[in-house]
Amino acid sequence: MPEQKRKANLAKKKVPMPEQEPRVRARNFEEVAMGYTREQALEEARRCLRCKEPHCVEGCPVNVQIPDFIKFIEEEKFLEAYKKIKETNSLPAVCGRVCPQENQCEKLCLRGKKSEPVAIGRLERFVADYAASLPPAEVGEECLSGSLNKGKVAVIGSGPSGVTCAGDLTKMGYRVTMFEAFHTPGGVLMYGIPEFRLPKDVVQREIDNVKKLGVDVQTNMVIGKILSIDELFEQGYNAVYIGTGAGLPIFLRLPGENLNGVMSANEFLTRVNLMKAYKFPEYDTPVKIGRRVAVVGGGNVAMDAARSALRLGAEKVYIVYRRSEQEMPARREEVHHAREEGIEFKLLTNPVTIIGDDNGWVKGMECVEMELGEPDASGRRRPVVKQGSEHVIDVETVIMALGTTPNPLIAKTTGGLELTRFGGIVADETTGRTKRPGVFAGGDIVTGSATVILAMGAGKKAAVAINEHIRGKHE
Amino acid sequence: MNKIIRKTPLAPSVNLIEVENPLIARKAQPGQFIILRVHENGERIPLTISDYNREKGTITLIFQEIGKTTTMLGRLGEGDCIRDLVGPLGKPTDLENLGRVVVIGGGLGTALVFSQVKEMHKNGTRVDVIVGARNESLIILEEEIKPYCENLYIATDDGSKGHKGFVTDLLKKLIEDGNKYDRAVAVGPLIMMKVVSNLTRQYGVPTTVSMNPIMIDGTGMCGGCRLSVGGETRFACVDGPEFDGHLVDFDQVIKRTGMYREQEKIALDLYRECCKRGEHNA
Ligand SMILES: Cc1cc2nc3c(=O)[nH]c(=O)nc-3n(C[C@H](O)[C@H](O)[C@H](O)COP(=O)(O)OP(=O)(O)OC[C@H]3O[C@@H](n4cnc5c(N)ncnc54)[C@H](O)[C@@H]3O)c2cc1C
Ligand SMILES: Cc1cc2nc3c(=O)[nH]c(=O)nc-3n(C[C@H](O)[C@H](O)[C@H](O)COP(=O)(O)OP(=O)(O)OC[C@H]3O[C@@H](n4cnc5c(N)ncnc54)[C@H](O)[C@@H]3O)c2cc1C
Ligand code: SF4
Ligand code: FES
Repeated sequence: MPEQKRKANLAKKKVPMPEQEPRVRARNFEEVAMGYTREQALEEARRCLRCKEPHCVEGCPVNVQIPDFIKFIEEEKFLEAYKKIKETNSLPAVCGRVCPQENQCEKLCLRGKKSEPVAIGRLERFVADYAASLPPAEVGEECLSGSLNKGKVAVIGSGPSGVTCAGDLTKMGYRVTMFEAFHTPGGVLMYGIPEFRLPKDVVQREIDNVKKLGVDVQTNMVIGKILSIDELFEQGYNAVYIGTGAGLPIFLRLPGENLNGVMSANEFLTRVNLMKAYKFPEYDTPVKIGRRVAVVGGGNVAMDAARSALRLGAEKVYIVYRRSEQEMPARREEVHHAREEGIEFKLLTNPVTIIGDDNGWVKGMECVEMELGEPDASGRRRPVVKQGSEHVIDVETVIMALGTTPNPLIAKTTGGLELTRFGGIVADETTGRTKRPGVFAGGDIVTGSATVILAMGAGKKAAVAINEHIRGKHE
Repeated sequence: MNKIIRKTPLAPSVNLIEVENPLIARKAQPGQFIILRVHENGERIPLTISDYNREKGTITLIFQEIGKTTTMLGRLGEGDCIRDLVGPLGKPTDLENLGRVVVIGGGLGTALVFSQVKEMHKNGTRVDVIVGARNESLIILEEEIKPYCENLYIATDDGSKGHKGFVTDLLKKLIEDGNKYDRAVAVGPLIMMKVVSNLTRQYGVPTTVSMNPIMIDGTGMCGGCRLSVGGETRFACVDGPEFDGHLVDFDQVIKRTGMYREQEKIALDLYRECCKRGEHNA
């Protein structure tokens, strides 16, 4: 459409996204947000100002050409919009759903100065879902497996970081093998983030896309056990990318923490998402959830665990968090969704003991109230215990969602890597280079628990650096 | 991959299978385990690598049919493939400088110590083995293990073979008869390992036990396999599965392994019903 005739949509608010009713969705595992219709997408796309120097793009860790793809939407060229996003982002359907856009592209969007920013994430999701609804031939994803002759790269871990790195390297002409410890690739996208926020067939689709590109995905391979990094080099891999994530659960070392009914969020979510325990006995893996559940923590993981527990039939689910809502690291939208569904927040509350019954099952959790004192090293005000505030909440299940640390399995079995204090791998931020030549790393294993898009960004940068490393070596 | 090339029943509901997986066979060491899934909707369950053949590229698993997954596994035959097989997981057994060792295998435990006994024998360690079972028909691998140990003793609960009574009675007798052991290795039901540990503690014999808590990933990611060892929380899949029996809180593990008893029963009952109706994969 000719530029002069274009009339931007000056509405202050984003076009709302249809969602399942809170009371209904709190009892099912179907997706909460249902996505824009074509009309809604067109209307929202018209809110973009097509800035000459678009700040939104700067806010995107993988530099999606945002105004360009939004323009395509407005012109109803949805497939072009998809291809535009795919130029830099290999997982649009995932990012459109779980990226913290409010802190990234949308935070810097010009429209956000006076009203709500453009709903970039929702538009991204619309485009990705549109492409998925077409026959694959029409989308025309590249298949390069014929001409992969620039060298061999091993990617360890198939989370967003590994998948991105593997995809990009394949597009550059490398033969990539991606090794995954679990029986299903996808990392946290598969085992952590629940179905109602990120349907597993969406993740599967993205994985199938990298397979179609020519990436060889090998599941059931715990690197460090079945093969070491040294052996990968012996097998002729020219470089190795480590994207093994931050999968180790943190426990508080509270008395009673090993009682039956206390789980890490990782265990709980893996049972529910990866092993589909919510469909037991159709699926063999069980999960046991009490009538009342306490989830300890305040991040996305805690929200996901709490909302999953509700969907499994718990009557009462508490979020127990030792600071106030302001400090909660979870996305606002997730906190809001959790509240709507009836999750109860016990803020400024910290557990001290888990109480068991005679059979070794949890029957309660003793907590203390907290007050916020001086800021600590993280810049957040340090919670201090209020004297005499001990109280017991009656629960049968306690889920620990206190964050995770990097999995040391590879670091322990690989010489020459430098490690951080918390067990992560030291790697250069812009290239992913580690202390050991030819070994690159990125994503949560380097940063500690972060976000999907940062993990992808790290995978992308490493792909560029790996290309340079191999070319440098061979030319 | 994961093709079953040999299947031998050892006792009622106890099977030995030899499975092709050259990569795991190449790396496996005594004391390690694998995790497998039998079918698409299946559970992940751990089994000890009871033997391996690096040349042939196979590993041997011995399992008892107790719930749905092991029952389904028992229905696979030669030529069938196991859907997912990941390993070798866990720490290998420390077999250096053991001195004189007594190995106690309870029930299926005998199968699980087999590769260790073989390896000890190869290292020149003097090994006595005590095999225990409820009755004669449940005693497995007696002939296979004999060549690798100095003495093989048998105890059955009902006296149908060997000593009548528990393995601990025999162990106590051996120690009191003047056998000096530098180390005991006990593998079997939790309760047996607990009783053995309590006994050897009295005689000051360092004791290694192999813990089998409920596992999911087997790489330290879920924390489901955690147990208390000397008051510290340890993950059996990465810190073990072998631990100092004198430090393990057995009562806690016993409770934890019963966590899903109700559901396990539902799954097995449903499966049996489906089998009766001829629907095998439900
Ligand atoms: C419950 C939950 C909710 C979240 N919600 C959000 C959200 O809404 N938005 C957001 O942006 N981020 C979210 N995150 C964070 C985000 O998922 C992670 O930052 C991201 O997945 C990190 O990607 P990664 O590729 O580094 O690692 P991971 O996704 O952790 O993938 C690592 C993979 O490596 C495999 N692996 C590990 N060790 C080995 C080995 N030795 N050999 C072979 N394979 C191995 C693992 O099995 C895993 O599949 C959430 C995280 C969780 C747990
Ligand atoms: C390191 C390790 C090595 C083992 N080696 C052997 C072996 O060589 N041979 C053998 O027969 N058994 C072994 N086991 C026990 C075996 O894993 C269980 O018998 C099996 O998981 C039962 O599964 P099921 O579905 O048939 O029974 P279910 O009905 O699901 O469970 C029956 C009992 O098995 C245990 N169990 C169930 N699920 C798991 C799980 N995911 N992980 C661990 N235990 C579970 C519980 O105690 C449970 O009460 C081992 C366990 C561990 C942890
Ligand atoms: S900053 Fe906002 S308005 Fe400007 S181009 Fe980006 S999305 Fe459009
Ligand atoms: S099985 Fe998950 S941590 Fe050990």
